[in-house]
Amino acid sequence: MARMKFLCDAERCIECNGCVTACKNENEVPWGVNRRRVVTLNDGVVGAEKSISVACMHCSDAPCMAVCPVDCFYRTDDGVVLHDKDLCIGCGYCFYACPFGAPQFPQAGAFGLRGKMDKCTFCAGGPEPDRSEVEFKKYGRNRLSEGKLPACAEMCSTKALLGGDGDVIADIYRERVLRRGRGSEVWGWSTAYGLPPKPGAQPPVQQQQPAPTSGKS
Amino acid sequence: MMRLGLLLAAALMLGACGEKEQVVVYKQGKYQGKPDNRSWDNDPPLAELRGGKWTKGDRTSWEESIKQRQLAQHEYQRISR
Repeated sequence: MARMKFLCDAERCIECNGCVTACKNENEVPWGVNRRRVVTLNDGVVGAEKSISVACMHCSDAPCMAVCPVDCFYRTDDGVVLHDKDLCIGCGYCFYACPFGAPQFPQAGAFGLRGKMDKCTFCAGGPEPDRSEVEFKKYGRNRLSEGKLPACAEMCSTKALLGGDGDVIADIYRERVLRRGRGSEVWGWSTAYGLPPKPGAQPPVQQQQPAPTSGKS
Repeated sequence: MMRLGLLLAAALMLGACGEKEQVVVYKQGKYQGKPDNRSWDNDPPLAELRGGKWTKGDRTSWEESIKQRQLAQHEYQRISR
């Protein structure tokens, strides 16, 4: 059984925002809603700059599903987390629960009225007839029903962003890391749980906060 | 009689000291929305749309089709073909 996942290779992402554009174009996402975005760490630091493309990760144990008060989320047989916009009340709980900031809320009206939640659908549409006009308007294009992968992953020029069955894309990434000739720092337990401290390494100097004054002023 | 009354009162008072489970037990919610169709229950798209090819209703053939698409992301394999 397939479990659809995204995997972004930070060594390859060149922050071109092609995935963001592809998503916007494919799904005709309204202004102000970003289903996908590119996050850059150490921006401008030579040799240390890393970019990563982030959207809904279609978690296997999704916190948005757990906190939704109206239970509008469901998981498809392929492991894609989707939601029913007709049921969503736009409360924003899912936004607070999501560690990736995936849920987006269209701002409508002069007083910042929060609309129904919108998020990456893994280009799998929603609970409307597949490839229908109503599905496209509410959820965007249903590429999975056409036997295609999400537009962001298929458009990625450097193939930094991989999309598909977790096992398949993990194999692709694993082979890529092996060919690079290095891997322990980007792949495996050390990446997930932190590298062991190097022998003789000095702890980073932290800026001291001024001590609170206890005496009377 | 007095003794029995005292015993009952003590039991009542001690009962108030009991500790109830205060940890909320999370219950998985159940999806309340509309049912969704499954990808493999659709007809494959027209050839000019360059989608996958599978037999309608056959999950295995759809998965095989989408797997081929996933492997197209593997540039080492794609280039060596």
